[in-house]
Amino acid sequence: MGIRVINEKCIGCKLCVPACPLGAIRVENKKAIVDLDKCNLCGACPSSCKFKAIEITKEDVHVVDKSLYKGIWVFAEQYEGDVHPVVLELLGEGKKLANDLGVELCAILLGDSSIEKETKKLIEHGADKVYVATAPELKHYTTLPYSTIISDMIRQYKPEIVLFGATTTGRDLASRIAARINAGLTADCTGLAIDKETRLLQQTRPAFGGNIMATIICKNHRPQMSTVRPKVFKKAVPDHGRKGQVIKVAPKIDQDDLLVKIVDIIKDATLKVNLAEAEIIVSGGRGLQAPENFKLVEELAEVIGGAVGASRATVDAGWISSHHQVGQTGKTVCPKLYIAVGISGAIQHLAGMGSSDIIVAINKDPDAPIFKVATYGIVGDLFEVVPKLTRKLKEVRG
Amino acid sequence: MNIVVCIKQVPGTTQVKINPETNTLIREGVESIVNPFDENAIEAALQLRDKHGGKVTVITMGPPQAVNALKDTIALGVDEAILVSDRAFAGSDTWATSYTLASTIKKIGAFDLIICGKQAIDGDTAQVGPGVSEFLKIPQVTFAVGVEINNGVMKVNRLLEDTNEIVEVKLPALITVVKQMNTPRMPSFKGKIKAKSAVIPQWGAKDINAEDNCIGQKGSPTSVVKIFTPPPKGGGEILHGSVDEMVDALVKKLRDRKVC
Repeated sequence: MGIRVINEKCIGCKLCVPACPLGAIRVENKKAIVDLDKCNLCGACPSSCKFKAIEITKEDVHVVDKSLYKGIWVFAEQYEGDVHPVVLELLGEGKKLANDLGVELCAILLGDSSIEKETKKLIEHGADKVYVATAPELKHYTTLPYSTIISDMIRQYKPEIVLFGATTTGRDLASRIAARINAGLTADCTGLAIDKETRLLQQTRPAFGGNIMATIICKNHRPQMSTVRPKVFKKAVPDHGRKGQVIKVAPKIDQDDLLVKIVDIIKDATLKVNLAEAEIIVSGGRGLQAPENFKLVEELAEVIGGAVGASRATVDAGWISSHHQVGQTGKTVCPKLYIAVGISGAIQHLAGMGSSDIIVAINKDPDAPIFKVATYGIVGDLFEVVPKLTRKLKEVRG
Repeated sequence: MNIVVCIKQVPGTTQVKINPETNTLIREGVESIVNPFDENAIEAALQLRDKHGGKVTVITMGPPQAVNALKDTIALGVDEAILVSDRAFAGSDTWATSYTLASTIKKIGAFDLIICGKQAIDGDTAQVGPGVSEFLKIPQVTFAVGVEINNGVMKVNRLLEDTNEIVEVKLPALITVVKQMNTPRMPSFKGKIKAKSAVIPQWGAKDINAEDNCIGQKGSPTSVVKIFTPPPKGGGEILHGSVDEMVDALVKKLRDRKVC
């Protein structure tokens, strides 16, 4: 295990220097030199080198019999008995992967008895089989009982791929399961594909706040697990006559797994539309100047059926609750339309919304970084532009 | 109460910019910082210690220079810091990292609470906290925005997508904290002096009794096969004219693209 520069091949072109996210490579006397104290063998430099002069050698130690693992599973996260919208996106994408591999697509659904109605929906959206485990203790998600039940199911049925939504629940659960069953887990994927030759799942995800993308594989461990960013993939189109199999699994509830008790769930009444699920988001920043001016953002959002987002500065100032915050320390969102009102576009904010389909920026400072990512920019006074935009949209939408 | 905080040294990505010509990261002048979420984890630990007594130990797995990040935490008032560093840890993914940190905590001995930041800002995975708690066989409570402890029972306010969930759990347990939890303190003058002379022990794979095939690249199920910069968005357009003209033009464009 290690990294080496093959000096005969290296011409000192320096392509690898900027490719290293850790700044561990320098070129001296026309040869690349890797600082081993900084290098973490991430694999970025070999793919940047046009001369195949950098090599990462790896020992394969852990070998499972991969032929025993078949099929693709989707974790059907549910709230109050309804499956989360991301599940339908996972089924849509999971179906493509299943077709590429020629295997089944299955959903796993845990909850109390009220969830059984959702099995039909999962089948209509592409699941060939739905594994259902119901118990009163599973009504609300808590980490331990869910982890134990799903880990046991994975050990028993051996899927080759398991997909979770990259929601707070999906990330909490998938991490625990991966640690327990020694599986590979890739967080917050925005691209999934099957390598035809190796049948491996290629998982692409943003890192460094979206400044770089990494493709990750899990070569020798099974299952290959990913959490998948919501709103990136299209929802599966339902086929209402579709038939599938429902398999009931009797869950073993271990008392030791009930250590964490939910005592209250408090809904944020200011959230009219959930940000993570919104097709349109209108966000306000410090340019609004005062908390009461969020009204302008709210009115625009209401006219176009959007959710209200906010920059960190406005949340820190106490103008709006944290559930509205978009960016690195808040939510990562990916709507069809993102309208940034009076937001300068700090890199932390861009990390949370940069992958939106269409970005509109309204800001009086023409040099604001938000204009670099904006699809359409209006340089102007938001107090003049936003009310006119709201009025105009109201008019054309009838 | 014994609290262990896991931290990570990360590039100060606020300064990371893309060179528009080569579309690569510009790293000149980028220094290493303590992961911002971990600063909140340290602050939470110090507040709990100040209230309930006990000791705060900070650990990090990283290269030898990560010792600087640990010294900074001593300046904040942390009681003890340990660097976990070994060439054998290179290439660790989140599984191997979780295993290594958990092995370190086992070596430290008795603990009541482990605190981690929600995620690190370089990898953004949020996987290590839950991984550590699994290896320690203790419950995890992620995305904490508030915490109080009474008679060994911890009440945690979790910041979720559109709700706050209040949970109770008996210690020992692990929490991961979000930025909104607190405002990290500044180092004191006395703390800085103490940090200067602090001796930070360095533990390697043997010291924490780590199994060879569970650490570093060997112990990592995942590996990176390609890194690239995302294609620039392009097509950006600044609208011109009077406010009315710009608004009309924008509405037409949005209507044409059927987004609203």
